[in-house]
Amino acid sequence: MSSSARLLHSVRTPLEAVGLRTTALFEEAGRFFFILYQTGYWLLRRPFDGRQWLRQMVRVGVDSIPVVGLTALFTGMVMALQTYRGFERFHAEAYVGSVVSLSLTRELAPVLAALMIAGRIGSSLAAELGSMRVTEQIDALYAMATEPIHYLIVPRVAATTLMLPPLVACADGLGILGGYGVAVGLMGANPVVYWEKTFQYLDLNDVFSGLIKAAAFGLILSVTGCAKGFFTSGGAEGVGRSTTAAVVMASLVILISDFFLTKLLF
Amino acid sequence: MNPSPTPAPSPAAPPKIAVVDLWKSFSGKPVLKGLTVEISSGESLVIVGGSGAGKSVFLKHLIGLIRPDRGRVIVDGQDLTSADAAVGLELRKKFGMSFQEGALFDSLDVFENIAFPLRRHTRMTAAEIADRVRECLELVHLPGVERKSPSELSGGMRRRVGLARAIAMKPEILLFDEPNTGLDPITSAVIDNVIVEMREHLPVTMVTITHDMKSAFRIADRVAMLREGVLIATAPPDEFRRIPDPYIQKFIAGEPLEEEVA
Repeated sequence: MSSSARLLHSVRTPLEAVGLRTTALFEEAGRFFFILYQTGYWLLRRPFDGRQWLRQMVRVGVDSIPVVGLTALFTGMVMALQTYRGFERFHAEAYVGSVVSLSLTRELAPVLAALMIAGRIGSSLAAELGSMRVTEQIDALYAMATEPIHYLIVPRVAATTLMLPPLVACADGLGILGGYGVAVGLMGANPVVYWEKTFQYLDLNDVFSGLIKAAAFGLILSVTGCAKGFFTSGGAEGVGRSTTAAVVMASLVILISDFFLTKLLF
Repeated sequence: MNPSPTPAPSPAAPPKIAVVDLWKSFSGKPVLKGLTVEISSGESLVIVGGSGAGKSVFLKHLIGLIRPDRGRVIVDGQDLTSADAAVGLELRKKFGMSFQEGALFDSLDVFENIAFPLRRHTRMTAAEIADRVRECLELVHLPGVERKSPSELSGGMRRRVGLARAIAMKPEILLFDEPNTGLDPITSAVIDNVIVEMREHLPVTMVTITHDMKSAFRIADRVAMLREGVLIATAPPDEFRRIPDPYIQKFIAGEPLEEEVA
């Protein structure tokens, strides 16, 4: 290879890699918005499959209570433990309740619940739809004059978006109780003062904004999971790839969009 | 080549399906290259060809699962390729498709799989649906498996349940994607008999793709050979057997081509 050809090759290879990555990124974004748009388009069209909606709501909401509840409980406990120790240094222990309640409702409960649901539901959506794709079950739906996005994706996205806020509300409550238990039971805080301070600076707006965030995260993670599954190719290996990618991508998008949502809402 | 790859349309009876100059490429590799064919109402057309010839891609175009790069698929005078979502869904109600491995929904049992299109598209009562499911299972010689899940069925049974689901809505057009692939000769013959019997019971147009010549000759009114994205011959089974094309003769006999041997 001549030196000029070598130079050309050394410049072209990284440029090609950048080009391929950029194209892949646009492809992913295109698939996400395609599924989002199609879900909106089919959302209120008939036939309305109430049974599917209910089944998915139980799967996303009721079945996720233990994992989200435990996450929130222990997060509240550890928050109380850490802030109590820290605030002790400048005699501000009385404000532990405020810090725990505000950080849980505004930030921790929605984000942690969404990340847990991304792991639990986002992955299973990708795996379920991906295996349906590779075994031609999605083609079979088309062939039976049934729009797969209407039948499969709309109930899943709607259920996840609708169930995240109540799950986060549970998480808020359990996290605050966990914080109370540790501060009062373990660290010796005054229960009356702790309880009063918990709600003194807590605004309804804090809670509602957290719940709005939760719904947005539910939409993001379910659309990501469904898009990864729906466009799966490459057999069992492809299903595995989609499942992993769904969790990684949904988690990243949740964390990134959290910043912008927080800026927008608070 | 004799006979003509594209039969002339009869002015008296418009074709049930007309495929006009169909082109499709994947990642720059052409799979269908200007495929044209007409299928009459009530006819059973079997498309044969080797692996990678474009048979499955062709079949998926017929029902709108794949959009062509160029060309049209016309069903009962309506262009499926340019139809919007609502018209496309209505046109697809005319079809029933049986997939290679059955493509049964894992989450539903056999009864619910067959009842699925009936529940979605008809106002039949529960009793009428149950009767229809039983009738379809009898047509494919599988009575009494209603409550089994797809994972409990053998490969041949799954395909027959797939057939039963495809005919549940009494479609005007039935598509079969390699109904015999991977099955033993006896099960394969059972599937062929089911298809032939179905034709006797239902006034349907059938398009089957396969590379099993025995099966093709059993179920076809017309056999078409697809090679490298082009239909190289179309003829009734008896004429097809006599076409003096070396590729077709070797394909029928199951012998390797000279260039592949070399």
